[in-house]
Amino acid sequence: MNALLAQVDKKDTILYLDGVSRAFDGYKAINSLSFYVLAGELRAIIGPNGAGKTTMMDIVTGKTKPDVGQVIFDGNVDLTKLDEARIANLGIGRKFQKPTVFESHTVFDNLELALAGDRGVFASLFFKLGERKDLIENTLETIALTDARDRIAGSLSHGQKQWLEIGMLLMQEPDLLLVDEPAAGMTDAETAATAELLKRIAGKRSVVVVEHDMEFVRSLESKVTVLHEGSVLAEGSLDKVQADERVIEVYLGR
Amino acid sequence: MTGFSTTHPTLGKSGFAFLLTDRGGKILLALLLAAIIIVPILNLAVPPSSPFHISTFMVSLFGKYLCYALLALSVDLIWGFCGILSLGHGAFFALGGYAMGMYLMRQIGTRGVYANPVLPDFMVFLNWKELPWTWYGFDMFWFAMIMVLVVPGILAFAFGWLAFRSRVTGVYLSIITQALTYALLLAFFRNDMGFGGNNGLTDFKDLLGFNVQTDGMRVTLFVLTAIFLAASYILCRFIVSSRLGRVLIAIRDAESRTRFLGYRVANYQTFVFVISAMLAGIAGALYVPQIGIINPSEFAPANSIEIVIWVAIGGRGTLYGAVLGAILVNYGKSYFTGALPEAWLYMLGALFVLVTIFLPKGVVGAWPTIKARLAERLLSSKPKLEAAE
Repeated sequence: MNALLAQVDKKDTILYLDGVSRAFDGYKAINSLSFYVLAGELRAIIGPNGAGKTTMMDIVTGKTKPDVGQVIFDGNVDLTKLDEARIANLGIGRKFQKPTVFESHTVFDNLELALAGDRGVFASLFFKLGERKDLIENTLETIALTDARDRIAGSLSHGQKQWLEIGMLLMQEPDLLLVDEPAAGMTDAETAATAELLKRIAGKRSVVVVEHDMEFVRSLESKVTVLHEGSVLAEGSLDKVQADERVIEVYLGR
Repeated sequence: MTGFSTTHPTLGKSGFAFLLTDRGGKILLALLLAAIIIVPILNLAVPPSSPFHISTFMVSLFGKYLCYALLALSVDLIWGFCGILSLGHGAFFALGGYAMGMYLMRQIGTRGVYANPVLPDFMVFLNWKELPWTWYGFDMFWFAMIMVLVVPGILAFAFGWLAFRSRVTGVYLSIITQALTYALLLAFFRNDMGFGGNNGLTDFKDLLGFNVQTDGMRVTLFVLTAIFLAASYILCRFIVSSRLGRVLIAIRDAESRTRFLGYRVANYQTFVFVISAMLAGIAGALYVPQIGIINPSEFAPANSIEIVIWVAIGGRGTLYGAVLGAILVNYGKSYFTGALPEAWLYMLGALFVLVTIFLPKGVVGAWPTIKARLAERLLSSKPKLEAAE
């Protein structure tokens, strides 16, 4: 077993990857990747382009199947056997790198579609919102879009779309949020606010953030995992990994 | 075309609240109701000498347009709201038509040329001794009517289940729907399929004991078509106004986002595809007794493409736009194929290109723009008047 995984009891983890590999046409996007995230933890994942960050998220959310390896959610659920919809309903929410919201729906409807509940065809046909309207109003407040509730999502600014997508994740009431580059294209003020928001979410839920922006990662004040060529290069506090010789080499290409 | 997603009919109190915010729909339903009341009177009660008389020919012609309108509605439900561009919907229409045609054939009985009480004429002509199993039960009206829904429904379910589960979408899906209708065209051309081959099914006598040729029956079929169109419109509006409708739009706009929210996209696509195919089947079943014939040419791939053009011209994703488009284009077709027969296909092609470029939301979608321009002109003419004083 991997040295990193030896430190932990699988039962305490929300996400547990052991020896996961995935090759595309011979190119190993993920190469015996092993790491874990504890329940309630906020974790930042960094790494240069092509380090396998997005493929890792694809594997966890069921978009891509690994060639080998174990992907365990909540200590006992094997995710490699399940499809996207099943994994989402288990309690894993994903925010895409490019903000993806339903552009022709209103902000309110975007959140309503994300509302946790029966996702069946007939349940949707006879769906009544009722009391759960309050849940949506609360989330609107959390993501500071109350005033925009009836606007078409396509008319929102880039930063607002990012927040709306995070809001949609929250409506799903997931145990684990995978957030791909939430600060991309945001102003400094928005970036700081996003970091605050993610820190607030963590604790109750587990949050994994993939990010390029080092300032943003610093403001998360979380443990950092550095990926390189599809496996973990270093792990620890940001200061510790930034001091790591191999990390410097990878980032500066010495 | 997307404005409808913003309505919240589920918040309303009455069961039909979803119709209240739908202005175009209310106009359409009012017009259909008016037609249901006025057309029978003008055809049956007003003497032919009166200028207000509507001939039975016109009644059947408009009955045909309403069948096409229902067919267009079924295409708009999947294309406009779920992004499924079916170029094979004529197949479901034709299958519904054949189911009705088979019932009508069995009603002919001994009045056929060969006077065989069981076998339709074409089977006697082919020297068949027994009714093929595919024809069992079609002497019963209720069975035939169930088949009008079930045959297109099962085909759509099987096709959708395979295609959507394999995540076949976009242009690839369109191409295989074309292949589907073309395959059925070839199959139905064959005499040994037992559906009348090249000639199809015709020479119908009566429906539920009533002669299909009489004025009264023609008007009844027109009224029935209008009722089915109105009911189907309400059903489609109910579907697209529900949360299911919002999921369909979500799939259309961001399929993988929808999937990562936990929706089984393929189930939704299959569901709406089956509903749409059944509506197309109903349209075909209403069409056949009014036209008096069903033959394999209804499966022609070009027919299915034409349906999409009606929807695009009327206004995709509005439901009533599809109805309007089908009626406008087919009225144009009736007129111009009479006046300039060789020009019609070019005109249809040009119309499609022009609408796509200049009216991307169709005739219905252009109306707010036209209204705004008119209002602008009125406003800008006012200060001029003042200045002149």
